[in-house]
Amino acid sequence: MTQSPVVTVRHLTKRYGDAVAVNDISFEVLKGEIFGIVGPNGAGKTSALESIMGLRVPFEGEVRVLGMDPQRQRTQVAERIGIQLQEAQLPFRLKVWEILDLFSSFFQKTVPYEPLLKTWGIWDKRDDPFVVLSGGQKQRVFIALALLNDPEAVFLDELTTGLDPQARRQTWELVQQIREQGKTVVLVTHFMEEAQTLCDRVAIIDDGRIVALDTPNKLLTQVDGQNGVLFDDQPQLDVAQLRALPTVDRVEQANGVVQAFGSADNLVSSVVIALEQQQIPIRNLRTVQPTLDDVFIALTGKELRE
Amino acid sequence: MKSYLKLLQARVKLLLREPLTLFFTIAFPSLLLLLMGSVFGGIGEAMGATNEGFSGAADAADIASQFTYGVDRFVPALMGLLLGTLAVNTIPVSTATNREQGILRRFKATPMPAWRWIAAEISAYFAIGLLSAGVLIAVGAFAFDVKFTGDWSQVCAGFTLSALSFMAFGYLVASLAPTARAAIVAGQLLYMPMIFVSGATMPLSIMPDGLQAVSQWLPMTHIVILMHDVWFGRGLPVLSVWVLVGILVVGGALSARLFRWE
Repeated sequence: MTQSPVVTVRHLTKRYGDAVAVNDISFEVLKGEIFGIVGPNGAGKTSALESIMGLRVPFEGEVRVLGMDPQRQRTQVAERIGIQLQEAQLPFRLKVWEILDLFSSFFQKTVPYEPLLKTWGIWDKRDDPFVVLSGGQKQRVFIALALLNDPEAVFLDELTTGLDPQARRQTWELVQQIREQGKTVVLVTHFMEEAQTLCDRVAIIDDGRIVALDTPNKLLTQVDGQNGVLFDDQPQLDVAQLRALPTVDRVEQANGVVQAFGSADNLVSSVVIALEQQQIPIRNLRTVQPTLDDVFIALTGKELRE
Repeated sequence: MKSYLKLLQARVKLLLREPLTLFFTIAFPSLLLLLMGSVFGGIGEAMGATNEGFSGAADAADIASQFTYGVDRFVPALMGLLLGTLAVNTIPVSTATNREQGILRRFKATPMPAWRWIAAEISAYFAIGLLSAGVLIAVGAFAFDVKFTGDWSQVCAGFTLSALSFMAFGYLVASLAPTARAAIVAGQLLYMPMIFVSGATMPLSIMPDGLQAVSQWLPMTHIVILMHDVWFGRGLPVLSVWVLVGILVVGGALSARLFRWE
């Protein structure tokens, strides 16, 4: 993997009148990586992304996309990047193939749309008007459009919003396929799980600022004591003995479930041994790991999902 | 050039896929001609010189000939109406709706420049306008045997100037309207008075002086005057031509500047 930046952002600030949507953010996206911009709705993610793509100008700061300035070279940037926008639509009564055919004429270099539609599983929908497609099918049309000009970098904004969980997981696999083709992916999402699953590095944004930027794993080590062991509560359980374990930081009992939290590597084994000693039947034993949601809460003191 | 043709093709397909709307847009002026013809045709002579006060430069022979203009005047006048329907109804409403739905956003995110989108739309609407005018002339010729004493090249030039000028005005309305709903309201507010106070339907000469003065400030009035004068071979009405050129230049420049994809 060549470590040359595909996107460079230095001190990007985007204002709408007096409101500051993006407040002095800086980061680099390297070639071939999946870079995530995550944060709650209204954090400034879309403003940042659309500024970087040259769709919301003017802004303050310095941005380079594939070495070009999106404020002055919007058209050249648009030739070479793939764009999937949040909350866009297409002419309702145009058929899928007509949309791809039309958009093909906008770029100097394109790939044939037939294999694209086949890869994304919408080839058999090619003669359907856009308006009759399901949410997932529409999203696939938008992804096909984003790849139509064989872009070096693909920018995806809230790709899986409105999709059911199964379609979301399928889409994640397809994003990984995009990267396997050697393309760089910049992904904006408010699903922490999506960022955790897909991204090599994640920038967490809150109130227009980057509050953390690292690999998902490194971010997760920032929250201690969040590994948990869960099992069904039993009347004869001695909670005090569990609390006394050196590996356990705290224990919660609610709705017939006991949760023991701690950060030690042997948390699970120590809890299981303690339960064995108490001769407690172990039912529905499972573990929970901290998520990027927890990281966000730890960093900002806010609940992510309002 | 390729993307312009593809955009035009897509626009035409979209129009053909709304056949009722398309039929109504094309046939509406002809239907009005049939209505107006049956109302005013019989009383044309009783109304007298219906075209008096339009271009002013009428000599005695003209005034005499105007006695038969009862129905005839509606063919060029309704061309103003059909262009008005396209320009202040269809264009603002369609543009603002496409914008509000997020359709224009997706087109903005391509290397395609805004002017190409607008050029393709204008071409498609101009074609509809021509078609509608053709039907109007045919209905006029067959149903009422309307008189034509002008010059076809002047009629074509006048129609083209009127169409471009009015459509530039329409895109300006589209750019200024914050929402699709506002575009519909603005379109109706502009369209309704223009239908009645521009001479496009009711002859101006039967209106009180106050309304006639107001009509001079409506763009459609100048289209009606221009089309009327070229249709009857009265030469070009200088004031109206300049008004339309002015609207074209100012409206075109402003809407190119103010056009919003989102």
